[in-house]
Parts: sequence; structure tokens; C-alpha cells
Amino acid sequence: MTEFGSLLVDAILLLPAVSAALLALFRDDRFTGKLNAIASFATFVTSTSLFVVRPEPGTFLIVDDVNVVFIVLTTFVAFTTSVFSASYISHELESGRLTPSYLRFYHAMYQVLMFAMNLALLSNNVGLMWVAIELATLTTVVMVGLYRTPAALEAAWKYFILGSVGIALALFGTILVYLAARSVVGEGLEAMAWSVLVREAPRFDPHLLNLAFAFLLLGYGTKVGLVPLHAWLPDAHAEGPTPISAVLSGLLLNVALFAVLRFKMIMSANPGALAPGPLMVTLGLLSVLFAALMLYRRFDIKRLFAYSSIEHMGIITFAFGMGGPLANFAGLLHMIYHSLTKSAIFFSVGHIAQIKGTQRIPDIRGLTASHPLLGWGLVLGVIAIMGLPPTGIFMSEFLVITSTFARAPALAVALGLGLLLAMGALLQWLNGLAFGEPHGPDTPSKASYVPMLAHLALVLAAGIYLPPSLVAWFQYVAGLLG
Amino acid sequence: MDHLALDVAHFLAGGLVLVSFMLLYQDRMFGLLNIFALHALVVSLSVAWQAHIQLAPYLYITAAIALVVKAIIIPVALHHIVLRLGIHRTIETVVGIGQTMLAGIGLVALSIMVMLPITAEAGTLTREDLAFSLSVILLGLLMMISRRNAVSQVIGFMSIENGLILAATAAKGMPLVVEISVAFSIIVALTVVGIFLFRIRERFDTMDVHALERFRGGQP
Repeated sequence: MTEFGSLLVDAILLLPAVSAALLALFRDDRFTGKLNAIASFATFVTSTSLFVVRPEPGTFLIVDDVNVVFIVLTTFVAFTTSVFSASYISHELESGRLTPSYLRFYHAMYQVLMFAMNLALLSNNVGLMWVAIELATLTTVVMVGLYRTPAALEAAWKYFILGSVGIALALFGTILVYLAARSVVGEGLEAMAWSVLVREAPRFDPHLLNLAFAFLLLGYGTKVGLVPLHAWLPDAHAEGPTPISAVLSGLLLNVALFAVLRFKMIMSANPGALAPGPLMVTLGLLSVLFAALMLYRRFDIKRLFAYSSIEHMGIITFAFGMGGPLANFAGLLHMIYHSLTKSAIFFSVGHIAQIKGTQRIPDIRGLTASHPLLGWGLVLGVIAIMGLPPTGIFMSEFLVITSTFARAPALAVALGLGLLLAMGALLQWLNGLAFGEPHGPDTPSKASYVPMLAHLALVLAAGIYLPPSLVAWFQYVAGLLG
Repeated sequence: MDHLALDVAHFLAGGLVLVSFMLLYQDRMFGLLNIFALHALVVSLSVAWQAHIQLAPYLYITAAIALVVKAIIIPVALHHIVLRLGIHRTIETVVGIGQTMLAGIGLVALSIMVMLPITAEAGTLTREDLAFSLSVILLGLLMMISRRNAVSQVIGFMSIENGLILAATAAKGMPLVVEISVAFSIIVALTVVGIFLFRIRERFDTMDVHALERFRGGQP
């Protein structure tokens, strides 16, 4: 059974890698769009089987209760985004913003990105995880600059420089973790294996771990988009192709956060080390408050939702920083709901920007009247992201605040204030976007709304009813996160 | 391990910090490229020496990559790009050279004070090399924020990377060092290709990263 399991793990990595090579070969855009979706679907199906089959941890790859949640979420959103991407990209080709050879490149890169993210999540080696996150960064840099407009190149350059500095700091932290482990575990691959590190962490030198965590939090925190390291994020979201904005917000930020969480688990296993929680709580709260204020004067629709992603990553980091079973449970739920909702919003925003030919919010008016399905989809998505009942995000935000209230009331008040500010800003923008006199071109869209509606339906359903078995499992994972 | 081996290792690592300082005060583009080639040469020698005293032959690969890619190919390629794009003027700095050097000295003192006490158990070689490599990393960061144009920022980034390679080899027996240095070489190659392909100069009429910001959207 375990041999079959390791075959499955290999398949999750090989499927994207092989399809990336295939996609680089074919020219026909309809076919490559479909192939991209089929490959993503196959990866998703394979990853769900990890619920049942659990391979033994190897030297390089591991499947445990923590990363299964992340992998299934990643492959699912990757699949729905690939469906959205197929219809989005063919429109870009028609409108002449992309040439067929760029398209081929785009599809290949999409699968390389999936490979990198799956590898980062599955890796049992902190060095390998670093290499995978670096690969994911590089692929997204190239994709952000895909349109080659001055603004896109600027965004890609900024993302590249800030991302590389972040990744360099993270590597220094990784080296320090290895040093801390070396004196206990001995030289070699064992001292970088995640499963060994967590087991042996209580015996590590706490001072080395403290310094390492500072570097790791700053390094991977840059990739999570935490304030004050967030400067790349709005530009990268606004200038790249919209499917990439969806994948960045919905997945890549989570993958970076996953890396932080792994190291947080090592830190909290060591009694002498600094508590990692307060650092994460501070960065998280700062991100929420800053992003909430920034939401008020955005005039670019993708930039607006990029700031909203900073806000939500702040909430999630805050929740995991508070720690304890309840806050971790809330953080985990919030991460999943945010991924689903934010990518749904980007799906609708992508179609809207294509119809209207602009991303400027003041030029987009009265969507519910001109494009009812798209308009109401956006309204629903924004209501969900604001955290209004009965959506799932309401539940997870409510849990974060109540669990904080019991332990640190002042922090809960500050977080609540940030949430209300953000809600006000989004409400203000939503009013103009969705209602009133329609404005600008109103050509009907041929796009497929299935991915967007599927995500929104999931978030709504999860807010109303979550199966008890799923709740029990999430609670178990939350307990592991410490 | 005998004293000579340690002394040579410290000499090379200390030399790297010194060359990092030299990078900080260059005000000509070609001077900057030459000093960077020297930086890469010193890191390559340092890694090769570590390979010799640690009896770790795979580190020679890392040393060779540093030598060929970063001391020869990249400086030559950047030289051509700088000539082609016509940007061999003086380098604009955000902060004056004097203040930058003072800040640099502060950073080196900081990294020694941070690293030496906490790595007491790690052995002399690892300790001092780690303190030096943290200095190189911080000096590289300082260079990236105190320079405005894209080429010097890239050079700052590559000097950070040299510092990391030094740290990774100093951590004796660390696996995946070769793989990591290959991964880094890919980033570096992409950066240089990026400068060239994106033709930042051609599109924006300047390599000054500051000037790119006016293209940022979000105005009403």
C-alpha cells in the first residue's frame, strides 16, 4: 500500500512536469487550453487520493496531515483556474494582447508553477522546499511580465528584486536551522529533513533557532505579502494575466505561509526558543490595518483586490500567530475560504476587465444591470470577502476574533477595527461597480462562469453547513500546528 | 585542523567582506563590474579552499560554477549590455558614499556581535565564516537600497548570493549546496537576460528604477 502511495506522490509532481513539456510543444491554443485543464484535473484527482493512501515519509518527500490540506486546496484551485484560464486566454488571443508563441510559453509556465508549488508542499527537506519556492517565484515573475507593457515590466522587475531578496534571507535562515540541527542530528540529509527536525527540535540550540526564525519570517514573509514587505504584491497582481493573479492570491501566498508554519512548528517544539507567535501577530495585525486603509483610494480593480489579499493574509498570519487549537482552526478555515473566494473574485474581475477593456474602477458601472450573472457573481464574492454572514469567511473571522477576545481583548479590538475599515472600503467600491447606470461597452461575454460559481457555492455552503467529519479533521490538524 | 588552514579560510572570507566594501564606493559602471568579478573570484577561491580542508570534493563544483558563471560570463555579458544600452555613466546614489560606508561598518559590527555569541558550539571555522557571510549579505542589501539603477541593484543582489554561498559552504556537511548554487546561477542568468530582453533602457529611456514608478497605475 505504501509503495502505491509513493507512486501517487510522484504522480502529483510528474503530471505537471510532463504536461509542461508537452504544452511547450503544441501550438494550437484551443487544444493547449484543454490539455492544461485536463492535466490540472488529473493532478487534483490524484491529490485527493492522499486522503486514503498515506505513503511513508521518504528522504525528500513527505505526506502528513498538515500538508494534505494545502495540497488538495492547491490542486483544486489550480484546476478551476485552468478552466477559467482557457476562456480568458482565448479572448486575449483574439484581442491581440498575446501572440500564439507567448501563449504556448504561458501554458508551459502554468504547469511549471504547479509543479513548483506541489514540490514545495510535499518536500521533506527544508533545502528542497527553498528551491521549490524559488522556482515558483521565478515562474510567476515571468508570467507577471507576460504582456510586456512598461507597467507589466516594472511590476515584474519589482517582484523579482523584492522576491529574490526575500528568498535570499530565507536561505540564510535555512542554513542556520541546518547548523542548529547538525550538532544534534549529525551531518547530512537527515539534518535538513523536516520530519527529523520536528522530532529533534527540543534539543536544538534555542539562540540559533531564534536568529534563524527571524530570517525565515522576513524571507518567506515577503512572499506572503506581509506589511512592510508587501510592495511587490499589488503591482504583480494588477499587471499580470488575471489567472495568474488568482493563482498568486489563492495559492502562492499560502505556500509561502506554509513554509513559515513549518518553521513555527519547529520553534514551538523547542522550550528555550523565542515564542514565534507575537512576531507573527504583529506582522499580521499591521498588514490588516495597513491594507484596510489602503483599500480606500484604489482606482484599479485588480490592485484593489490585491490589497484585500494582503489584508486576509494578515488575518491568517494573525490567527496562526495566536496559536492554540481554536485560533489555528480558524486560521486554517480562513485560509481555505480566502483562497476559494479570492480566486472566484479574480475570475469575475478578469471577465469584467475583458468586457469593459479597462481595469479602472470609475469606468466600470452598473454591472448587475448590463451583465447580471457576472455582476451578481462579483457582488456575492465581495460580500463573502467582506466577511458578511452567511458565508464561510464570516464564520472563520468570527472564530478568529472570539478566540482572541478570550486571551488578548485589545488585539481583538484592533483586528475588528481593521476588518470593519476594510468592509467599509469594499462596500463603497462595490456600490459603484455593481449598481447604478451601466457605463462603457456592454458586449455579452462568452466566458464560462462555472469555476466562479463553483467556488462561490462552496464558500456559501461551507458557511451554512460543514460536515462534522471535516470539522473533526481540521481540529486535529489545528492541534498539530501548536 | 591546523592553523594554516584556518588562517587561509579566514583570510579569504575577510577578503570577501573587504571587496564588498569596495563595491559600495564604486561610482563608475565598469569599475563596479570589475570589482564584482573580483568578488566572485574571492568567493570561488574561498569555496575551493573549504572543499580542500573539509575533504568535500563536491564543493569544487560550486567553486567552479562561481568562477565560470559569476567571475567571467556575467561580468562580460553585463559589460556588453552596458555598452549596448549606453549607460556607462556614473552611478547615481541615493545616499552619499561617506554615509553608506559608515552604515556598512555598523552592519559588519552588528553581524559579528550577533553571530559570534550564538554559534559558540559550532567550531571556529563555521563561526567566523558565518559572521563574515552575514556581513556580506547585509552589505549587499545596503548596496541594493543605496543605488538607484538596475545594474547596480543586480550586482548588489549577486553579492548577497556570494555571501550565501560562503555561509552554505561554511556550514560543514550541508547537503544540497551544489543544487542551491545551481538554482542561484539560474536566477542570476535570468536577471541578466531580463535586463537585456526587457531592454529597460530602451523602453524607459533610463535604467533608473525610480523612473519606472511613474508607470504605476492607480491614479484617479
